[in-house]
Amino acid sequence: MAARKPSAKPNVSPEELKQYYHDMLLIRRFEEKAGQLYGMGLIGGFCHLYIGQEAVVVGLEAAASEGDKRITSYRDHGHMLACGMDPNGVMAELTGREGGYSKGKGGSMHMFSREKHFYGGHGIVGAQVPLGAGLAFADAYLGNDRVTFAYFGDGAANQGQVYETFNMASIWKLPVIFVIENNQYAMGTAQKRSTSTEEIYTRGAPYGIPGELVDGMDVLAVKEAGEKAVAHCRAGKGPYILEVKTYRYRGHSMSDPAKYRTREEVQKMRDERDPIQSVRDLLLQGKHATEDDLKAIDKNIKDIVNASAEFSKESPEPALEELWTDIYADEVPQGDAVEA
Amino acid sequence: MATEILMPALSPTMEEGTLAKWLVKEGDTVSSGDILAEIETDKATMEFEAVDEGIVGKLLIAEGTEGVKVNTPIAVLVEEGEDASSIETSSGGDTAPAPAAEEAPAAPVEAAPASAPATPKAKAVEPDWPEGTEMKTQTVREALRDAMAEEMRNDPNVFVMGEEVAEYQGAYKVTQGLLDEFGSKRVIDTPITEHGFAGIGVGAAFGGLKPIVEFMTFNFAMQAIDQIINSAAKTLYMSGGQMGAPMVFRGPNGAAARVGAQHSQDYAAWYAMVPGLKVAMPYSAADAKGLLKSAIRDPNPVIFLENEILYGRSFEVPVMDDFTVPFGKAKIWREGTDVTIVSFGIGMTYALEAADKLAEDGISAEVIDLRTLRPIDYGTVIESVKKTNRCVTVEEGWPVGSIGNHLSAYIMQNAFDWLDAPVINCTGKDVPMPYAANLEKHALITTAEVIDAVRQVTYR
Repeated sequence: MAARKPSAKPNVSPEELKQYYHDMLLIRRFEEKAGQLYGMGLIGGFCHLYIGQEAVVVGLEAAASEGDKRITSYRDHGHMLACGMDPNGVMAELTGREGGYSKGKGGSMHMFSREKHFYGGHGIVGAQVPLGAGLAFADAYLGNDRVTFAYFGDGAANQGQVYETFNMASIWKLPVIFVIENNQYAMGTAQKRSTSTEEIYTRGAPYGIPGELVDGMDVLAVKEAGEKAVAHCRAGKGPYILEVKTYRYRGHSMSDPAKYRTREEVQKMRDERDPIQSVRDLLLQGKHATEDDLKAIDKNIKDIVNASAEFSKESPEPALEELWTDIYADEVPQGDAVEA
Repeated sequence: MATEILMPALSPTMEEGTLAKWLVKEGDTVSSGDILAEIETDKATMEFEAVDEGIVGKLLIAEGTEGVKVNTPIAVLVEEGEDASSIETSSGGDTAPAPAAEEAPAAPVEAAPASAPATPKAKAVEPDWPEGTEMKTQTVREALRDAMAEEMRNDPNVFVMGEEVAEYQGAYKVTQGLLDEFGSKRVIDTPITEHGFAGIGVGAAFGGLKPIVEFMTFNFAMQAIDQIINSAAKTLYMSGGQMGAPMVFRGPNGAAARVGAQHSQDYAAWYAMVPGLKVAMPYSAADAKGLLKSAIRDPNPVIFLENEILYGRSFEVPVMDDFTVPFGKAKIWREGTDVTIVSFGIGMTYALEAADKLAEDGISAEVIDLRTLRPIDYGTVIESVKKTNRCVTVEEGWPVGSIGNHLSAYIMQNAFDWLDAPVINCTGKDVPMPYAANLEKHALITTAEVIDAVRQVTYR
């Protein structure tokens, strides 16, 4: 990828640019805080941070409309913040508290919001791909013009169910955008060691699905590609693939020492391609914002994130009765709770 | 030399069929590969080809004859110069002699398969339908189709998807006619990709629809089990109640006949273990209909385990506008005092046959059909065991971790003082299903084994 060079897209207003800066920075600061809370033992289990990939979801959310759906894998905090879910609810879910989106029963990898049309948060690699196509199937069946964004990684792109889904999405012309977030490592395995092609987006071609490669470190490029894909789907032309090349700065999860790549590789990416710094440069160089304006945004975000951390600590653990709720949508006796 | 042409078996479970149409007439010369007749099985209409060369000497079964048993001679091929009238035909296999063509009944006859037991009279303590309700005889297959059709008429968001459900009219003809009535938007043929289409079905349920996902058999659902368990069963819980998957996964389960290890497995205990799923496994046509209608309306993912051998069996089904059977309510098929036999699905065949034979020896068995395995109607079982003090469970699945094991533990914990003998679990053998006919028969549960188990617990 080329060295940092703020892209100049005329069709974005300074206000929008500032919004993207805000949204990306919120994700980054939130994730940094989550990492901190994990280190303090407040967050348990698996925790997959999104740092470095912020431009992907912020760019695509900028291309989405009200009612559009999104579904993703376990690296999901960024997607939730980008679609407008409450940082308090997300952070409290990470700490396993009553105030979390799933009342503490889902955790980092399993969160949902009907209200924001966020359908998870799925812990099994690739499983969200047919699920996303199913959401699109429902919209097509119901006859509305909604579009579903089904996000998955370069690792999931080798799952068989992805191609089963490509096939059906194509024959049924489902309004689904398959977003391959290619951060170049499937956990610890570099793409070239695990994947038969460098251009994963071309794997849609045999199924008749158009696709393109997108610079995932450039929020404006992502937005532009997203708009094109959305228009394609909304016009009833069937699915579309966006392979968004990005980079995760942190390990696969909190317990990953990331020995499979060099420190220099990560540092180079941060120095030259950071998506937040790029927009910051664009705002300053274009005189759309002053240092003080950006400081105010930074401060605002810090407050939001700190408040979410506070909330996630103060929110009580779920009541023990919660163990037995939400298993069925109606009253059903549990196997070991039945008295003859 | 004359050659008999026998009624062919055109599917693993076919026991009889209809000779729909002769495509040759007496005196015609045929050679190998010529189509002789159209034969209608329980699944489809098939063309039947000649294997040998010869002249059609005699057609033994008239067109339109229903219920022609497999291996019944249906025609005779002769060689040039041979006189067909002199031919004496043998009786076919172990079945009754086929009627000669001229004796064939003029009107179609409704005949149950030979191996099906006489439809037992149900004596449900609380009947599922009001007394005096008009009844009609229906196969399990027809009852399932009617259940889907009725629910699809009621709710435009109910749709069926699966392999061969639409244009082929169902691999086992269960969805027959649905495409004609509801169109291709709601009756959807999928590619042979269980993992993918199960996931799409779950996603569609998340998105507000009520999918019925048909697996051609549940053996193939193992390709999709991640989506069934991890996505469908767990999402309501993981989302703190925000969204779940109101849908039905249905299809034949368990052994069919002579299809070997990969196509003959009972998943009852597997799915019954999973919180978040409901599991139904009906035996009779009435239960198949009533439970499937309940399953489609259920706000949860439901595993609906059917059985290929039961598809063709006929039972009495109530004629009602909206007949449903609730989940979690067992049915007492036969009241008794000496032993409780608990079963479900095709296991009921053995349970009821055993009860009939035991009655001849003065042993009175109470036979309970669980009907649903999640939830299980423990109450009815425990109440019965407290009366009979003995229990035998019957199922086709493997012994380790079986439904019978679970029930035994439950009975031990909740009715220990009432037991006069250990509970015995009759199950399929702990082996992959063999192909050879004798081995397969041995691998499955038999009525004799059930009788033997009852004798053990009753010490008689």
